[in-house]
Amino acid sequence: MLLEPVSSGDWLAIAPVVVAIALGALLLMFRHYLRWQALIASGGLLVMVASNAALLHRVVAEGPLVMTMGRWLPPFGISFVADTLGASFALAATFVAFVCAAFSVVDIDTTGRRYGFYPFLMLMMAGVNGAFLTGDIFNLYVWFEVFLIASFGLLILGSERAQIDGAAKYAVLNLLATAFFLIATALLYGSFGTLNMADIAMKAGGLRGSAPVTTIAALYLFAFGMKAAAFPVNFWLPASYHTPRLVTAALFGGLLTKIGVYALLRSLGMIFPLERAQLSGVIEWVAIATMLLGAMGALAQNDIRRTAGFLVISGVGVMLAGLAIGDTVAIAGTVLYAIHSMLAMAALYLLAGAICQAGGSFLLSDLGGLYRASPLLTAVAFVVFLTVASLPPGSGLWPKVILVGASIEAGRAWLSFAILFTGLLTTITLGRVFILAFWRNRDHGEAAPATAGHLAPLVVLLVPILLLGLAPEEFIRIADGAALGVTDSAAYIRAVFPAGGQ
Amino acid sequence: MEAAFSVLVALFFGVGIYLILSRHVIRIVLGIAIFGNAVNLLIFTSGRITRDGVPIIPAGSDLLAGPAANPLPQALILTAIVISFSFFAFVLVLAYRAYQEIGVDDTMDMRISEPRDDQLPPMGY
Repeated sequence: MLLEPVSSGDWLAIAPVVVAIALGALLLMFRHYLRWQALIASGGLLVMVASNAALLHRVVAEGPLVMTMGRWLPPFGISFVADTLGASFALAATFVAFVCAAFSVVDIDTTGRRYGFYPFLMLMMAGVNGAFLTGDIFNLYVWFEVFLIASFGLLILGSERAQIDGAAKYAVLNLLATAFFLIATALLYGSFGTLNMADIAMKAGGLRGSAPVTTIAALYLFAFGMKAAAFPVNFWLPASYHTPRLVTAALFGGLLTKIGVYALLRSLGMIFPLERAQLSGVIEWVAIATMLLGAMGALAQNDIRRTAGFLVISGVGVMLAGLAIGDTVAIAGTVLYAIHSMLAMAALYLLAGAICQAGGSFLLSDLGGLYRASPLLTAVAFVVFLTVASLPPGSGLWPKVILVGASIEAGRAWLSFAILFTGLLTTITLGRVFILAFWRNRDHGEAAPATAGHLAPLVVLLVPILLLGLAPEEFIRIADGAALGVTDSAAYIRAVFPAGGQ
Repeated sequence: MEAAFSVLVALFFGVGIYLILSRHVIRIVLGIAIFGNAVNLLIFTSGRITRDGVPIIPAGSDLLAGPAANPLPQALILTAIVISFSFFAFVLVLAYRAYQEIGVDDTMDMRISEPRDDQLPPMGY
């Protein structure tokens, strides 16, 4: 038992989850006060952004922060472990959710609010933050289910035919993925007798001879790969991500696949590094297929929301490239790309919403004349497109530079070729969207100017994107710290077991 | 006992996967329920199955007196059962609503969100 009380600063590790669950319950109780819902949710998310920023600041300065539930010593109590990787992902995700809450004011109508958009949003953010901050692998499963059930609620908000169809595929395939996650966890517990991630990482060395560790790692790769929408288990994403409200699509495209990437980094990168090295060839070809097929899928779409969905997939491939290489530099590239992708993909979906508001359609065949109607929207769209295509001045440039450099360094020529070729295909895709929707003359009717309610959240989202693109040093330093925590688990283990274990 | 249970778990997985591979939504949903229970049984088996001895450490000792089943997997299953049951209920309603809205039970014909005749983007400028 831990006898001394938890110092007040340590509560930061669970503060984001506590705030999100408490506000989710509160918003559910006050669901008839529709006017207050958006305000309370945005305020709560702002508090979560602040607490995550404080957490990241502390973790970068002092190393991983551990809080164990119920005063049981680890590995018996469930630990929350915030390290640089988890805290930076949680901060980026919560910031994106805050911007989306601001956008929801114009995107979610009264019916959506009455059916509980904001409680679902807060509960999903509880699951997302919990997944990033937990240090227990079964607890990670529980947080996965928490954000999954909330995402079902968000996905079918509106109950349109396309939504129900998309949700059926999303629900079935995601349930299967979590079932595989649970299978791997059952085998893991059967052979390791512990669920604490630090404890597993510590024991993995001694059990490699007797336990089916490679099988467990491969099952985790499959389960989390499905969650991250890696080829060939990604077909739930293009079937569902274009059907819900735009805010929901932005949240999903920004956050949910990155949780899969985070779980891959945590399980394969930190807990089972030798098995990751064994599976590295598989991960490499999965990464290449995911990024190329994602970009090609994006090229063939008429609906800009579906284009965005395929670009989310293609981005996941780029992140897997870093996991395939697996050294500290490459993992840092993956971490930086994941943070870029959270911001950029949410911006792309929100931009699709603004384009539909101004141009009256999501279809490239109908759009046109937006440059004349709304120069400001055009400028914002131009920067967002450059960012998603990983061109300067956006945030995508530096992680791609790091990843291409790391793959050449590791002698993986096909991987670096695929990353660069994906960039070219993405540029062509988004260039065509820009030409057709913005430059082309409109053949019917007039395009409306974009409203401030649609543009303001996008501009807020552009601030960290441009900051990451123009002044990347601080971000790269944080990503390096996060990657070091993945490739060298000693600091993580020392934080959970200060006395050196058992 | 564990050997018999592993055969049972394999049977559950086989039946579940066979049903999930079907084209009919209701069979897929039933398959998921069986698949979920296969996972629960797998966790149960991984904690040893024995009826002799209780996992309580006697007074004055630091170790268990004899062999006993690990109680933690049973706690894990309780969590997993609650979660998978609520998900099953949700998916069942979702499948029913999909049948109401789309009017088909065959996944090959569930093409509302990805229509077959989806047009390509404009090829010229």
